[in-house]
Amino acid sequence: MVLEEVEREFSLGKKDAADGIPTYYCPGENLFPLMEKLKKDFEVLLDITAVDYLGKKEKRFEVVYHLLSLSGKMRVRVKVEVGEGEKIATLSSLWKNANWLEREVYDMFGIEFEGHPDLRRILLYPEFEGHPLRKDYPLKKSQPRIKLLRPERK
Amino acid sequence: MEKMLLNIGPSHPAMHGTIQIKVELDGERIIKADVEIGYLHRGFEKTAEHRTYMQVIPYTDRLNYVSPLLNNLAYAMAVEKLLGIEVPPRAQWLRMIFGEISRITDHLTCIAPIGMELGAFTVFLYAIKAREYLWDVLDATTGARLTTSYIRIGGVRADVPENFEDLMKKALAETRKSVRDIHGLLSRNPIFLKRTRGIGVVSQEDALSYGFTGPVLRSTGYYYDVRKAFPYLYYDEIDFEVPLGERGDNYDRYMVRMKEIEQSMRIIEQAMEKMEKGPVRNEDEVVEAYEAIKAAQEGKYREGKLKLNPNLEGMEKEVYHLIMARVPRYILPPKEDLYRTMEGMIRHFKLIMSGHGLRPPAGEVYVPVEGGNGELGFYIVSDGTDRPYRVHLRAPVFSIMSALAEMIEGHYIADVVPTFASLNMIGGELDR
Repeated sequence: MVLEEVEREFSLGKKDAADGIPTYYCPGENLFPLMEKLKKDFEVLLDITAVDYLGKKEKRFEVVYHLLSLSGKMRVRVKVEVGEGEKIATLSSLWKNANWLEREVYDMFGIEFEGHPDLRRILLYPEFEGHPLRKDYPLKKSQPRIKLLRPERK
Repeated sequence: MEKMLLNIGPSHPAMHGTIQIKVELDGERIIKADVEIGYLHRGFEKTAEHRTYMQVIPYTDRLNYVSPLLNNLAYAMAVEKLLGIEVPPRAQWLRMIFGEISRITDHLTCIAPIGMELGAFTVFLYAIKAREYLWDVLDATTGARLTTSYIRIGGVRADVPENFEDLMKKALAETRKSVRDIHGLLSRNPIFLKRTRGIGVVSQEDALSYGFTGPVLRSTGYYYDVRKAFPYLYYDEIDFEVPLGERGDNYDRYMVRMKEIEQSMRIIEQAMEKMEKGPVRNEDEVVEAYEAIKAAQEGKYREGKLKLNPNLEGMEKEVYHLIMARVPRYILPPKEDLYRTMEGMIRHFKLIMSGHGLRPPAGEVYVPVEGGNGELGFYIVSDGTDRPYRVHLRAPVFSIMSALAEMIEGHYIADVVPTFASLNMIGGELDR
């Protein structure tokens, strides 16, 4: 099984979550080789998301990857701790949907993915200030008006 | 060669959903496409962090608003897993029945516009007619057609009404009739075949690489269904098939959905048979709620059956334990206890007032269900307070839409319409 293999190779510590999905913490630099190995068994990248632990953990963000193995009928969760301003490897060369999923994480948290072919905002507009899912972004913050391309007629 | 840049959307008659497709054209052929989403972004995930666990449920209705119950279900199951609640069997069967009704309405809502946008308006009317009969069943039970909030943490909101079986039978018969009519109008129609066969093809490798799940993955011939691979509720006790396609084109996606409607109806019929008969509600002396409250204020207990507001029908005390888990710490008391006893009042207060509420232990869960479009999963991180620390929806349609640009590149501009329609893009789920 590929899980035991990567556990040994990358000396990962396994942690069981409440939902029974095996969870691994992986250092940022090992992410790409680890995912490359995991892809042999886990064909589908289900989801990429992040959690902001502002003031609760040393490194602020945790990027969470969920993978699905269709043949083995199981899921695995990989977490990478990312500090403010740190970059993380992109998976867009391994899975095609990583492109959009990483754009969403960038949009919502401002985490940059190194080597991403097209890192733009996806759900929000380009002029949006800040990253709304960060814990220090107030719920009711209003955004400045976008400058019009042409001045308003009087 | 002169290229032309064309904007399709954000609002366009053939785009049922706000999305913008920027296409670079050579004549009528698309060279390059760029899909812009986010027009319906409402910040669901941010809002959920600032609401209590129970308050999030109505927001989940509005994610995939053609199959709201499946979203309710995924969220409720995720929170139940965090809390470790066991849901009573009757509630599980009801969840299954209403989840499958939602799946049918979701598929019908996908098929209807495919027909309409290719010029077959009758198909739209047939599909919508069947959907209305199904929504009548939902309406009679939940009190709403669309935003039902029916599935609650620990069970379901209410038991079914007395005429439920008749309504359901009628809805299923009407749906069968509509499905047969749609088959007759579309499935061997040469115009429809020309517009859908061999167009918008996705190979199996691409489908996996793009993270497709649900009918779109199955149309490429890959056998994966959350209900079969990771059975939840009572899907392992039910006999149903998972229809597969062969080529992964628009026609296969249409056909897989049509066949899934039939399977969902089979599931509903089996579930109705296997589900125990509901209890007969007693019609003893009826007490108005204000009388009970008045008596309770004086420290007395008023005997008799409490007359509940019509909105609360189906959650009388005698059926409450059948549809809701018996975990006083996490589940609201029945209304009759709330109005009559101090303990009920305290229980209710403890769960509703801010600063108290439902407090799952710290941890994280990812719970998927088979949604209308594929694996619909909620990822919830709890920090032990009454509000979720982080809620994330794994929206199946997000991964599917990321493939749209590649699917339409190289095709004619007229092919955008059936390709887009067969993917069943739902703005609320895509943009959250």
